[in-house]
Amino acid sequence: MTAPSPLWSTFTDPLVRQNPVTLQILGICSALAVTTSLPTALTMAASLTTVLVLSAGVISLIRRHIPDTIRLIVQIVIVASLVIVIDQLLQAYLFEISQSLSVFVSLITTNCLVLGRTESFARLNPPGRSMVDALGNGLGYSLILCLVGALRELFGAGSLMGLQVLPLVEQGGWFTPLALMLLAPSAFFILGGLVWAIRSIWPDQAEAPDTVPPEVEEGT
Amino acid sequence: MADLWSLFLSAAFVENLPLTLFLGLCTFLALSKRPETAVGLGIAMIAVMGVTVPLNQLIYHALLAPGAWAWAGYPEIDLSYLSLVAFIGVIAAIVQLLEMLLDRFLPKVHAAFGVFLPLLTVQCAILAGSLFMVERNYDLAESFVFGIGGGTGFAISVIMLSAIRARLAYADLPAGLRGLGITFILAGLMSLGFSSFAQMAAQ
Repeated sequence: MTAPSPLWSTFTDPLVRQNPVTLQILGICSALAVTTSLPTALTMAASLTTVLVLSAGVISLIRRHIPDTIRLIVQIVIVASLVIVIDQLLQAYLFEISQSLSVFVSLITTNCLVLGRTESFARLNPPGRSMVDALGNGLGYSLILCLVGALRELFGAGSLMGLQVLPLVEQGGWFTPLALMLLAPSAFFILGGLVWAIRSIWPDQAEAPDTVPPEVEEGT
Repeated sequence: MADLWSLFLSAAFVENLPLTLFLGLCTFLALSKRPETAVGLGIAMIAVMGVTVPLNQLIYHALLAPGAWAWAGYPEIDLSYLSLVAFIGVIAAIVQLLEMLLDRFLPKVHAAFGVFLPLLTVQCAILAGSLFMVERNYDLAESFVFGIGGGTGFAISVIMLSAIRARLAYADLPAGLRGLGITFILAGLMSLGFSSFAQMAAQ
């Protein structure tokens, strides 16, 4: 993303093409951990987007006054303060969801996505553009989160947002829930499949082979 | 003693940070391309977690926990909402300190760590270690063991993943799956394997 690119592409690029989770490898930890059901995924996505936009705005406003040597600490403290506010709000108004998110709301502080965007974008750009960029990245992250959350809830419990979509066997229906979908490994598999799908649509994102196998010596 | 040992095992295997709790995945995926870097990262994780978790435990119980200021006549003060800022500050300071000490006394080790050491400041696994410590009310010895155990679990899994990825050089993968995609699937398979350790805790 070069400087003269218009505001609109700053916003739309990170939605799918430059998606923070599948291309930039940012913020994966929480993307996987909180996606066992759609409501938690939505709450997490909303919290992260809020923190991301606000911290990008604040850091971008004071970007000329932060000494370069201590900028990481300043940025982390700003992010941590915002996260504390969000955490307290969730505990006050959405107590059950905040219990199921456990420590992961606090962990937004160290979400690489927040620090990655403030470090690589908000630090160098005016507040307006930084916030648009943050919003785009936040929504791109939310998109992946909701997709994975919806898939896992649908196949793991046969429901969406707590409403039963697929009738379960024990209730007289036909659907046997896949217990694996609620466990850790399935999140990895779904995200791996998503990455594969996105990179098949845009082949230019495919990575070059990591390492070249050493040549087999002749005669062996 | 037996309690501490089982806590160590459960922190290292049953609640493996990257594979079952999805913590520290960013570094887990980004730095597992080669076994050498993975070993460096693993050792750094053990060191930092072994120091920060007990230190944060001390700070939390001496200054931040509800009623911690009772001795000074302020039993109603509850500063626990500040713990996030305090923990992250401690972690950043410890990482910086560790880096300076290594640079001064063990320059070779420092050179081997390279960029990984400063990166650990924003490692979710380390912060999560401290947060879990508060949530589960560990005492000082327990939190030390928990820190070391968590670090060891991370080290083992990152080294294993990097070894598998090094072997992938010989595999002919579809272009879209190369790199990140296959790493996710590998991590999923490893996570399936680690979930069998859950039985260990039940016994």
